[in-house]
Amino acid sequence: MAVLLAFPLLGGLVMVQSAIVSRIPILHGTADVVLLAVAAWALQPRVTAHWHWAVIGGVLMTLPSALPFGVFLAAYLLTVFLADLLRRRVWRVPMMAMFLVVFCGTLFSHGLSLLALWLTGMPRPLLDSLNLVTLPSLVLNILLAVPMSVLIGDLARWLYPPEIEV
Amino acid sequence: MLKFNSPRSILIAVAALLAVGLIFMALSGYLTPISRLLLDPLVTAQGWLSTRYLAIQDFVTAPADLARLRQRNAELEAENARLQAQVIELQQQLAEDRVLSALLDYVRANPQNQYVTASVIGRDTSPFLQYVIINRGSDHGLRRGMPVVTQQGLVGRVAAVAPAAARVQLLTDAATRVNVRLQQSGADAVLLGQVTGELSLDMIPQSSAVQVGELVLTSGLGGDYPENLLIGQVSGVRRLEAALFQTASVQPVVDFKQLRIVLVIVNFRPVDITPLLPTPSVP
Repeated sequence: MAVLLAFPLLGGLVMVQSAIVSRIPILHGTADVVLLAVAAWALQPRVTAHWHWAVIGGVLMTLPSALPFGVFLAAYLLTVFLADLLRRRVWRVPMMAMFLVVFCGTLFSHGLSLLALWLTGMPRPLLDSLNLVTLPSLVLNILLAVPMSVLIGDLARWLYPPEIEV
Repeated sequence: MLKFNSPRSILIAVAALLAVGLIFMALSGYLTPISRLLLDPLVTAQGWLSTRYLAIQDFVTAPADLARLRQRNAELEAENARLQAQVIELQQQLAEDRVLSALLDYVRANPQNQYVTASVIGRDTSPFLQYVIINRGSDHGLRRGMPVVTQQGLVGRVAAVAPAAARVQLLTDAATRVNVRLQQSGADAVLLGQVTGELSLDMIPQSSAVQVGELVLTSGLGGDYPENLLIGQVSGVRRLEAALFQTASVQPVVDFKQLRIVLVIVNFRPVDITPLLPTPSVP
């Protein structure tokens, strides 16, 4: 069910990302709502399909982008790996874990993007990229982490209702 | 027969005289204090009664009126919302019509080209890349490398094509390289996109007297773009004595953040000059 739901949900988020979010930059950085959704989903307790979400989100994000295939996929898989690691250790402070995962996930995504562009002969200046793209994107992602975490939390509770001891 | 001296006749006569007298006194104003004394309590009582009656009538009939007013209010609110949506739609249509009208003027002014009109429906999901997605693709005759313009000037070129959509690389993308010519000085140069979203010129010969405000046009060299497409104006020149070439910054004529509708020049085919480029000889 959660895997089936990922296709329309993440597909819709990719459309929102391309049509709206990418048009609202701070300097040249934009938020990544798919990364936020995947990270928030991976941090939910009792959720099992988080790797599937990373793969589906990574593939869907590649479709409208000129970035080489696999950049978003690898970044989201790394993000989910980190979220999975944190979920087992700092579960008492889920919002802190969300902030940490989003922060690292953004760095993974941008680092891999820069590496891929460099490898394909289209290098970007590192300092300008950091100042004008990565730092503003980090700010936007951290700002949107809370509402996305709440929304995805509600969705996870709906799909995986808490067990009641009788 | 009525007798004038009968008691009844006398009573009638007295009553008539009294009536005439009262009328005369009333007309003369002698009865006003008396009538005020009598009427004031009556008026007050009637006012009190009328007010209470109207209050009771309102109380009894109000629910029906309230329901009717609420229904009317809901109808008017719905009507208002519909009209507001219509106004927004018409405003959007007007803005689109203005853009299309300007594009039509451009098409009429440049009849040598064939165009396909496309709407910008999205941007690249990576903030490192300056690409837009348009709603026309190979089904509409678009091919990779076709130039994309607006009525203001050059926007970029088609980088990838799907059946119903295409991805356009903007001039501001950091990987963009366009051979250009400066209109007044006639100097050739290379236009570069920046990660900052700005445009710059490189490879301007030191001997060229480049002026601020010069128009930057495509030169057509390299076969990637048709010649004489407007790109922008020189906004600053940097000349170092020790450097081989001058550099300059360019103010583009197109607002790349507000792209809505673009024209794809479909009768231009880019020339692939890769086979003509010299390759390092093998010893």
